[in-house]
Amino acid sequence: MIDKSRYTLAESVADIADGAVVLVGGFGMAGMPSELVDALIEQGARDLTIVSNNAGNGETGLAALINKGRVKKMICSFPRQADSHVFDALYRAGRIELELVPQGNLACRMEAAGAGLGAIFTPTAYGTELAEGKECRTIDGKHYVLEYPIQGDYALIKAHQGDRWGNLIYNKSARNFGPIMARAARCTIAQVSDIVGLGELDPEAVVTPGIFVQRVVAV
Amino acid sequence: MSDKSIANESMIKLTREQLAARVALDIPEGAYVNLGIGLPTLVGNYLPGEGDYFLHSENGLLGMGPAPASGEEDPELINAGKQYVTLLPGGCYFHHGDSFAMIRGGHIDICVLGAFQVAANGDLANWHTGDPDAIPAVGGAMDLAVGAKQIFVMMEHLTRSGESKIVPQCSYPLTGIGCVKRIYTDLAVIDITETGLRVREMVAGLSFEQLQALTAADLVDAT
Repeated sequence: MIDKSRYTLAESVADIADGAVVLVGGFGMAGMPSELVDALIEQGARDLTIVSNNAGNGETGLAALINKGRVKKMICSFPRQADSHVFDALYRAGRIELELVPQGNLACRMEAAGAGLGAIFTPTAYGTELAEGKECRTIDGKHYVLEYPIQGDYALIKAHQGDRWGNLIYNKSARNFGPIMARAARCTIAQVSDIVGLGELDPEAVVTPGIFVQRVVAV
Repeated sequence: MSDKSIANESMIKLTREQLAARVALDIPEGAYVNLGIGLPTLVGNYLPGEGDYFLHSENGLLGMGPAPASGEEDPELINAGKQYVTLLPGGCYFHHGDSFAMIRGGHIDICVLGAFQVAANGDLANWHTGDPDAIPAVGGAMDLAVGAKQIFVMMEHLTRSGESKIVPQCSYPLTGIGCVKRIYTDLAVIDITETGLRVREMVAGLSFEQLQALTAADLVDAT
């Protein structure tokens, strides 16, 4: 029997190594897998590259991980927020690297990784400083910038319900990056509010098929 | 600024609410619309309640509704500005891949964005002042700039220090090139066309000459 939901929070993140690339779901706090991030803080991995839309809010979750000095590099679209003081201070002190990626490019670079594509030509950021030094091409008269996939070693995401095969459904706008991060990581760990029996999720409504999910933890 | 004093005497600037109401007049029923963070979000309050308007929020909502009643807020139902919102009957949720396919794939009819500067050729600068101490943040602005069928900019005509935000060339880092179609300010409505910046409307008490004096780029009177 395959049971992807057999892990505790601590067990689910135990093998995340120093230097790993970790995709962290959420848009602001909606969909932020705070309990998994707390387990990662407890676990102690360092020199992480974190890919997430924002760079932490307040003092908890991703902000706490950054505050502990565990993050070497952030890849995100919108680090600056009213309550991003933890990241802001480290960034200004030169103690954390930032790769700023437009939000749609962040999404499609992870989609490319999940779909096995070698790269993508995206129109976003053409002619701006975020495209400087990048290969460009004109296709049917429109300008595109070459961008490479973002592959995660791990993804930490938050879903609403999951089953022991890893099928997931989400809650409202907390879905945001979850489904595409699940596809883009070698090992996807989903925290869910509720683990349900096989067959209880409507197959027509499953958002993330279990093949993209390796571990499910109820919190 | 001496230019500023020219017009201050007689012109009646639009308030933020009046500006939002003016933009809303140009959004047809049935349009798929993305409203940027800040001032553009106000436009949603002025779309006629009896019509069907499809508000898109890039964090994964279509058919976004107004703010919830006090006590009804759901932390997992927010807009791109991370404010609590609601979903209209018929609305739906989706992930970022779908959301930005809607944007970059040309499915969004109108996007209303704020701006630091707009150039005479439609270049847009709205994500970064270039200040070395500023934490850069771009979000979905560059995707919207290249992807929406029409980009409307909504902003105050002048900066707080009285400088024109409509310029011959942007001095701030660009968000997108040649993407803005129309500018709504607290003083005027201006179309960006191949024959220049065509002024369609001005607020009461403002002459074309006064507007031109307040604007760093050349204007054409098309009122």
